[in-house]
Amino acid sequence: MFQKSLLELAEGLRRKAYSSVELTTAFLDRIRQHDGVLNAFITVPEQRALADARAADQRLARGEGGVLTGIPVAHKDLFCTQGIKTSCGSRMLDSFVAPYNAAVIERFDAAGAVLLGKTNMDEFAMGSSNENSFYGPVRNPWDTDAVPGGSSGGSAAAVAARLCPAATGTDTGGSVRQPASLCGITGLKPTYGRISRWGMVAYASSLDQAGVLTRNAEDAALMLGVIAGFDPRDSTSVDRPVPDYVAGLSAPFPGLRIGLPKEYFGPGLDPEVARLVTQAVDELQRLGADVREISLPNTALAIPAYYVVAPAEASSNLARYDGVRFGHRCEDPQNLHDLYSRSRAEGFGAEVKRRIMIGTYALSAGYYDAYYLKAQKVRRLIRDDFARAFESVDVILGPTAPTPAFDIGAKADDPVTMYLSDIYTISANLAGLPGISVPCGFVAGRPVGFQVIGPHFEESRLLNLAHHYQQHTDWHLRAPNLD
Amino acid sequence: MSDIDSSTVVKIAELARLAMDESQLEGYARELNAILELVEQMEAVDTASVDPLAHPIDATQPFREDEVSEPNQRELFQSIAPSVADGLYLVPKVIE
Repeated sequence: MFQKSLLELAEGLRRKAYSSVELTTAFLDRIRQHDGVLNAFITVPEQRALADARAADQRLARGEGGVLTGIPVAHKDLFCTQGIKTSCGSRMLDSFVAPYNAAVIERFDAAGAVLLGKTNMDEFAMGSSNENSFYGPVRNPWDTDAVPGGSSGGSAAAVAARLCPAATGTDTGGSVRQPASLCGITGLKPTYGRISRWGMVAYASSLDQAGVLTRNAEDAALMLGVIAGFDPRDSTSVDRPVPDYVAGLSAPFPGLRIGLPKEYFGPGLDPEVARLVTQAVDELQRLGADVREISLPNTALAIPAYYVVAPAEASSNLARYDGVRFGHRCEDPQNLHDLYSRSRAEGFGAEVKRRIMIGTYALSAGYYDAYYLKAQKVRRLIRDDFARAFESVDVILGPTAPTPAFDIGAKADDPVTMYLSDIYTISANLAGLPGISVPCGFVAGRPVGFQVIGPHFEESRLLNLAHHYQQHTDWHLRAPNLD
Repeated sequence: MSDIDSSTVVKIAELARLAMDESQLEGYARELNAILELVEQMEAVDTASVDPLAHPIDATQPFREDEVSEPNQRELFQSIAPSVADGLYLVPKVIE
């Protein structure tokens, strides 16, 4: 049952091949067996999971519920879960038991899904390797010497290792797509504003968006359909109808115009990754796609602009962690200033402090125009590049990450080199566009994915392409051997 | 454009309310300069005539009626606070 997709599991529940309690117990056992090595989970609330499962079984017995009813799902540990620790991978929130549920959690609860656990992540979603967690690094199930990517590394590793059928994540600069690529699974970051961020711990508010990590495009479509939609509690939530993503999967595909940005295939791209992505493009061409080269001339400026915008917004968002109302507080504060600065110094890890520092500097008097304003202008150039490209192509395709998973520790001492892991994913966040990572092969046993970026609110187009590709390839069916 | 030294690190850490040891200053200065070097690649492009982009899909701030929408949950919220008494959050004495 661990290899089944969400639709297959749902069908099994309806056929009574197993109950939700049996399904949930099986996944809990599997987590117990393998997570000691992988470290993909921060919290596994077994009693809560089994209570959810019993409630789902009752619903199913009455002939009620939907496709996700009774299906165990894991959530990145930055979605607030009422009564369950929501740590954000940080010592700062190690004691934080959320007093309410995030909108995404509410949606899964209403659908009758089982809350299987909270997954490990880079602290406050800042990182590309999941090494920046207070709870220790996550290991890549394909090769435990390798990182799983980040920041949704726990979710990606858990789905790849079949410790859960599907998981949620968030993507501010590639944090769903990059770990999906490195772990050989499907990862979708929808359009900015598509999913409510109510109850999602904020990192960089003009970029943050929730996403899903799944076995295949069909499961991603199913999950997105559950969580997409307007929520007045999130001021950036967009009030637009939610299409039937599952129905859109089987729409005809031939003739789709795919643009390959020449800047995404230049120096810095591992030649083996380039070969696998090109192979995937060939396959799509055989399926009827019309492939052409395009240019996104300001691509090289995306990472520089991101490392102003994101830290600046983070330095402001993370000002709330002051040791007064919730979160970590230092021992014996001498005065209020000492309380703030020692609580924060002890509660935050190295990368979070670095980004708060750089963001504070960029916003400080005399530097605003040179950094923040400049970055916002560059952001427009990047968004305009995409808008121009989408006048002649339907989607843009390239590698998700420049390399397969690297070894744990390989880039840990060099933040700037680590930042370059997100070189192909960050632009989509700056422009607010949806993107999906789809597995397309292996380099020395480590997975590789390609990324497809679409115009705003065209998630269906991305899922449709990924689904057609997965109907003709089997990379997404490969699972790591954990023994 | 700018070169961060130890005294700048002290100033930024003060603004950010991050306690820092003397021994950490040089390391931070080195790392922050490396990040700024990356960031300053933006200077390669002329943006004099470009408007800044604050929101990726040009949305404006939505409004709602000014009505009470949340119940008071003071006790619930204070149950996770480090230190409270009589419904108040406790901090060290601010005024002598």
